[in-house]
Amino acid sequence: MYSVSELRKGLKIEIDGEPYEVVDFQFVKPGKGQALYRCKIRNLVSGGTIDKTFRAAEKIDKPNLGERDLVYSYQDAENFIFMDENFEQVVLRADVLGDQQNFLVEESEVKVLFFNDRPIEVTLPNFIERTIVETEPGARGDTATNVTKSAKVEGGYEIAVPLFVNEGDRVRIDTRTGKYADRVNKR
Amino acid sequence: MASISLDTEYLRLRRLQDNLLARSLILQSIREFFLAKDFIEVETPVRIEAPAPELHIDAEPSGDAYLRTSPELHMKRLLASGMERLFQIGPCFRRGEVGEWHNPEYTMLEWYRAEADYVDVLADTKSLILHIASRLLGKTHLTYDGVTIDLVPWERLTVREAFILHAGWDPISAYDADRFDIDLVNLVEPALPRDVPVLLKDYPREAAALARFKEDDPQVAERWELYIGGLELANAYSELTDPAEQIRRFEQCNQRRKEMGKETYPIDPAFLRALHRGMPPAGGVALGIDRLVMLFTDSAGLDEVMAFRG
Repeated sequence: MYSVSELRKGLKIEIDGEPYEVVDFQFVKPGKGQALYRCKIRNLVSGGTIDKTFRAAEKIDKPNLGERDLVYSYQDAENFIFMDENFEQVVLRADVLGDQQNFLVEESEVKVLFFNDRPIEVTLPNFIERTIVETEPGARGDTATNVTKSAKVEGGYEIAVPLFVNEGDRVRIDTRTGKYADRVNKR
Repeated sequence: MASISLDTEYLRLRRLQDNLLARSLILQSIREFFLAKDFIEVETPVRIEAPAPELHIDAEPSGDAYLRTSPELHMKRLLASGMERLFQIGPCFRRGEVGEWHNPEYTMLEWYRAEADYVDVLADTKSLILHIASRLLGKTHLTYDGVTIDLVPWERLTVREAFILHAGWDPISAYDADRFDIDLVNLVEPALPRDVPVLLKDYPREAAALARFKEDDPQVAERWELYIGGLELANAYSELTDPAEQIRRFEQCNQRRKEMGKETYPIDPAFLRALHRGMPPAGGVALGIDRLVMLFTDSAGLDEVMAFRG
């Protein structure tokens, strides 16, 4: 259990059986009244944010959260199958992965946050490298980065890349924005 | 590491210079205001034996005594000795109050006027705010948190009206202490107008603290709180002068503190003697200087108006 004085931004707490993260909190004390902590908390499963006011004497549940390193193995209909360090299979539903499923290729290493036994959040490395498998030929010598064209990377995900990027190039993608970051080197 | 934190403080204090100058001018203009009205500036002890018991105010121990949470009881002893108009500016301490708008040590302005009530000291308060505005800004309006505030018209709202309007219940006829605090901060305060000063007045008798009950409506206490720009700035009472009622409230408060697992405070015998001897009817106001400086410098938090948070 946490006491209210331990509240701070980023703290993960449990309310009514759901895991939340404190995104904002404010100490308030109306004239002659009790000390209160007005918080904005984000549901770690649904992503929705709600307001919650805690009294100074309240106790707050600690969620049973654990992070595990998993390696992506393959996709099976709606499910994505990962392996843990003991080669045990872990099944993640597509909605837990969201857009990040675009950046998975076989052997991708991810961190998965579990609430009790339930996977709730997947963290990829901030940047991943991918090979361009399909794009229009680039204009030689064109180094402008503000003009872009569409390109497909291994796995089929499409991104906008500068004109000088060609098929076979290795590029870095920012997994937080889903956008092209830079060209690494040629194969 | 040492040089990095030194630089941080240097930069912060450099950035604060304008606000600290404003703070000095505000303190000057407050003294100017009260001295011109024949108030006497007093100083009373900061380290005291007996802080007034209040349910939600915890005193910081200092050896076998406490740091004052307010200068109230000593100033009332002076009132009972025959001083009619007095004010004090000085530090007060409240244990555990830390936030953007709270600091365990802060500066309080407190003044008392004999043969007066909470309406008379409201007139003082309004003149004081306008005096500071004219000395500091040369005008009667200011901008705080993006809103232009006209300091001339003051809106008055009873607690009953405000709660019925914004929280949907009447805390005077059926008081619920816990719900009162939560609805006040979540529903009532956010709904108060920001473009003029707002007075919330006539509190439930259970939240009277050291205020007297209204003669023609004993369910409410003659107490008001002033909000400007969403900042709660001042608290005022028609002061309670009845020693029997005062003892009853102190004892009841200590009893409830004990039930809450909090320490209790000794009841100041010299203050009770002063009440028995006879304290004149009086109005009194406590105003937080740090938040007042926030208002006049358009500062979001105490960090911008206190050189050191302690």
